[in-house]
Amino acid sequence: MTMASTQELAANRRDIRPGRIIAWTLLLIGGLIMITPLLFMFSTSLKTSGQVYDLKLIPAAPTFDNYIKVLSDGRFMQWFFNSTFIALTVTLSNVFFDSLVGYTLAKFEFRGRYFIFLAILSTLMIPTEMLVIPWYLMSSQLGWLNSYWGIMFPGMMTAFGTFLMKQFFEGVPNDFLEAARVDGLNEFTIWWKIAMPMVVPAISALAIFTFLGNWTAFFWPLIVTTSKELYTLPVGISSFSAEASIQWELIMTGAAMGTIPTLLVFLLLQRYIVRGVMLAGLKG
Amino acid sequence: MASANAIEQRGPVRFWDRLNIGTKRVIWAWAFLALPIIFYAGIRFYPTFQAFWLSLTNWDLLRPAQFIGFANYQKMFADPIFWKVFQNTFLYLIIGTPVSLVISFVIAYYLDRVRIMHSFIRALYFLPFLTTAAAMGWVWRWFYQPVPIGVINGFLSSVGIAQQPFLRSVDQALFSILIPAIWAGLGFQIIIFMAGLRAIPGTFYEAARIDGLGDWAILRKITIPLLKPTTVFLVVFSSIGFLRIFDQVYNMTTNDPGGPLNATKPLVLMIYQTAFSSYQMGYAAAQTVVLFTILLIVSLLQLYVLREKK
Repeated sequence: MTMASTQELAANRRDIRPGRIIAWTLLLIGGLIMITPLLFMFSTSLKTSGQVYDLKLIPAAPTFDNYIKVLSDGRFMQWFFNSTFIALTVTLSNVFFDSLVGYTLAKFEFRGRYFIFLAILSTLMIPTEMLVIPWYLMSSQLGWLNSYWGIMFPGMMTAFGTFLMKQFFEGVPNDFLEAARVDGLNEFTIWWKIAMPMVVPAISALAIFTFLGNWTAFFWPLIVTTSKELYTLPVGISSFSAEASIQWELIMTGAAMGTIPTLLVFLLLQRYIVRGVMLAGLKG
Repeated sequence: MASANAIEQRGPVRFWDRLNIGTKRVIWAWAFLALPIIFYAGIRFYPTFQAFWLSLTNWDLLRPAQFIGFANYQKMFADPIFWKVFQNTFLYLIIGTPVSLVISFVIAYYLDRVRIMHSFIRALYFLPFLTTAAAMGWVWRWFYQPVPIGVINGFLSSVGIAQQPFLRSVDQALFSILIPAIWAGLGFQIIIFMAGLRAIPGTFYEAARIDGLGDWAILRKITIPLLKPTTVFLVVFSSIGFLRIFDQVYNMTTNDPGGPLNATKPLVLMIYQTAFSSYQMGYAAAQTVVLFTILLIVSLLQLYVLREKK
């Protein structure tokens, strides 16, 4: 305790040198510039249409009227629900299947294992854009256009997640799994009850990435949905903003509503999210 | 009746019990993989081959697809708009990737040493990464408006600089879209660079200090070479991102997607319009094959660079 605080003190003292102070100040200014677009977005969402031309960052008379107006027609709530439901379902599916496949490839010996691994890994090279036309054809033949399933099905499993989980399961000692086998647990239970709890950091990294990726996904939802009730939030914001034309205060309100949920989650889970991004980036 | 059922059920159980442990595990493995194999075969591999096949047809949603050889490719390579789009896509790549990597490395390098308010400053840089490109496209679009609406032109006029057309200009529009694209990705790159910096063992730095190397020499001789795997990963990751740019362009130019005069149109937007505005599915598939080829080359280059190191 005292050791740590002395070290911290020393570290802080090292920070107090002219070069460091300049670097620190520049970093802070840079950081503030980074969030300027977000600040202006929130500030304008609190202004009336008459005040939009007044470019002050702090609104003269902040009002939530825009939020009430945007929320009152119900579409935003619907899109918000769609996005949340879709992102959550896809995330759960990825956590389940990517882990299961990663675990199987890491811990089971069988002929064809390496082939399956290479086959899954090779799908990383195929861009989504190349698949959307066949997916669209498939969806129209099977009646998946304009449905939650139609939006979700391409992302239910990913090679990235499988690869990430495989890396982590390789670090799980075989002794634990053997001990469980001796106790007579079946392979599914061993995976779910013994192996999964040992890779929680990887699961949370995968969950964060999958959720964020699907929450902000735009290209495929834009293609597969034509009825407004099924839009995801990004597609909804895009169509709403195009309709709102020059009512910038409403456009900023819509954009803010798409941004607030992820920002809130980040503020609550900052440490885990940053660690998760680092983990995924280094292992992936 | 009940006893007959019981006997029938015992059949498979006995069969299962007779298998040795190794065989049982192989069966478990394939049971775990069954659904994923169907998924990857049906939703990744089959559509990939189908895309190649469709690129050789004249499919337009109305009539059944007919094989037309390489006519789509001939049409594409003779189309000046395609070459304009090709050029735009590479402009996004060759400006976006180096600029964003240099900025994020410099920030990560200094941020890594900051102790005071470290996580607050880090959060400032990271927040834009969590935003939705579709929403932020509209925020930046508003920023770029002429006075009295746009924030940037408002600022420029207050310090006496001439108004800039930004998104309305053939010369500036592409750069105006690149800025938000770089902005949104910086936070991720900074975090990854910082993780890479922390993975370098402290003993390297201590040894260098004992040898009397200065900050600059340490950066050049130790930090940058040891950071190579991280850098290569980020170069590829962000290159692929810029080659596939779509959300920002689509949302910042909705009234004339990819405009003005195709000055901002990237390959993915061209694919989107060919497929889902003009319904020339075969022609669009040929364009996706070109995108695939470019991305494949980038990925193979990464493998090559990483192999060279060993």
